[in-house]
Amino acid sequence: MSFLDTLVATWHFLTTATRYAGADGIGHYLLQHVEYTVVSLFVAVVIAVPLGAVIGHTGRGAWFVVGISTALRALPSLGVVVLLVSTQGISATWLVVTLVILAIPPVMLGTLAGVAGVDPDVVNASRGVGMTGRQVLLQVELPNATPVLLGGVRTAALQIVATASIAAVVGLQGLGQLVINGVFNRDVPQAIAGAVLIALLAVVVDLVLAGVQRLVVPTGVQLLAGPRRTPALLRRGPAREGTPA
Amino acid sequence: MRRTNRLRAVAVLAAGATVLTACGSSSSALGGGQATQAKVIVASANFPENELIAEMYAGALQAAGVTVEKKLNIGAREVYVPAMQNGEISVVPDYTGNLLLLENTSATAASSADVYKALQSALPADLKVLDYSPAEDKDALVVTAATAAKYKLKSIADLTPVCGQLVVGGSASFPPRQAGLAGITQKYSCTFKEFRSLDTGGPLTLNALLNNDIQVADLYTTDSNIPEKKLVVLEDPKNVFPAQNVVPLYKDGSLSDTAKKKLNDVSKALDTATLTALLRQVTTDKVPAQTVAMQWLKSKGLV
Repeated sequence: MSFLDTLVATWHFLTTATRYAGADGIGHYLLQHVEYTVVSLFVAVVIAVPLGAVIGHTGRGAWFVVGISTALRALPSLGVVVLLVSTQGISATWLVVTLVILAIPPVMLGTLAGVAGVDPDVVNASRGVGMTGRQVLLQVELPNATPVLLGGVRTAALQIVATASIAAVVGLQGLGQLVINGVFNRDVPQAIAGAVLIALLAVVVDLVLAGVQRLVVPTGVQLLAGPRRTPALLRRGPAREGTPA
Repeated sequence: MRRTNRLRAVAVLAAGATVLTACGSSSSALGGGQATQAKVIVASANFPENELIAEMYAGALQAAGVTVEKKLNIGAREVYVPAMQNGEISVVPDYTGNLLLLENTSATAASSADVYKALQSALPADLKVLDYSPAEDKDALVVTAATAAKYKLKSIADLTPVCGQLVVGGSASFPPRQAGLAGITQKYSCTFKEFRSLDTGGPLTLNALLNNDIQVADLYTTDSNIPEKKLVVLEDPKNVFPAQNVVPLYKDGSLSDTAKKKLNDVSKALDTATLTALLRQVTTDKVPAQTVAMQWLKSKGLV
């Protein structure tokens, strides 16, 4: 099959309605992939953000956490999930555990860097007006850290979407199943279709999180960070907030 | 002046071409001649069981006074069959059903004798097979002893009424195959509750079966875990899985009558249970394949 024929067959695969229906259809696989992604990202954020925030605030134990995070990053997800599933049974729990291990380092390091990187003058000023440590963290440091923190979450989300493909190796399907089916049955168009869908999902998830970022980051921080980081043509946020035109 | 130069150039080119042609033809003649007459080159595919059988062939041939060279672990059928046709290897252990499917993808023969007969006529003229061995390594639907007792299962036909309650697991290539889920659905009118895509008769599938995540697994008959974990191999009366008897595949003209007789003796002495036990020594106990092969040959009086 020539390269062009393969592309045409891939397009045909992706545009055939019957491919989307049923338990072994693209629709079901996509839903599973999204489920794995959302649950894993949520759990990772719940664990990693408080940890990163406390360490960034106190400045204690950062070396330890950075060391652990770097070590976690070296764990191959495929090995972890195969080990867990083959010893503990086929359950999405083990896939989620694997993906959470994968996602904790970027989220935690993002939070840590964001909180630790808040302008010391701002932190000192808030202490000066009599805020407690808790108030400083929750009302000053975390809001100021949101751009970097959410950067870490977006990185984690992309890694999760890509890595969740390994679900198919251990009988948990997801979009990776299309790739596996394609490879095992020499059906190259199906494998490419799977890869394309995973890539598209990654783009969509990143766009959604970009939207979330815009909603969550406080206007003041956006005003500070916006103009420096985004090109003039894309600088729509601050203008809407009523800056002089 | 110019003309002489051109003539000279043409002459040099022609001479060069002659030398090149001469080199090419002489070297190929040399290679081909050696492979077919002087010695027997025993090859194997790239998995432990095949290597073990190749070691048996090599040991037995040596004992019969044949000069043997081993080229083990060279790859899949798609690689070694062309290599054999080129005269690079002489004999390789193969499996009747899969070899038949390579030559004829729409073959429907199922029993050992039928597959062997179909294979003999499907092979290209320069390739031949010797007698097939009773030893067989094929796909099988396997259940745990508990599942077998619960549903009173002995053959795949017994599954038909309970298929809808059971989850089956195997490799991703299992569902679309006629010698797989498609054939089972068709011949036994059995539609499983779910298919779990796992590995090819490997640890994931085995553990999923033992954990009861799947109740039916696609494993291979020479897997030593089957007797060890007391798993039950379901009979296949409607022959969804074609016979896969071990058979020596050889290049016509590369084996003497002594060699052929010796290999037929090896095939005759080998059966599935023996192969399973010997393979276990190689894969689990990590004994070198050559040692296992030689010990077995000695115990059978073949060396």
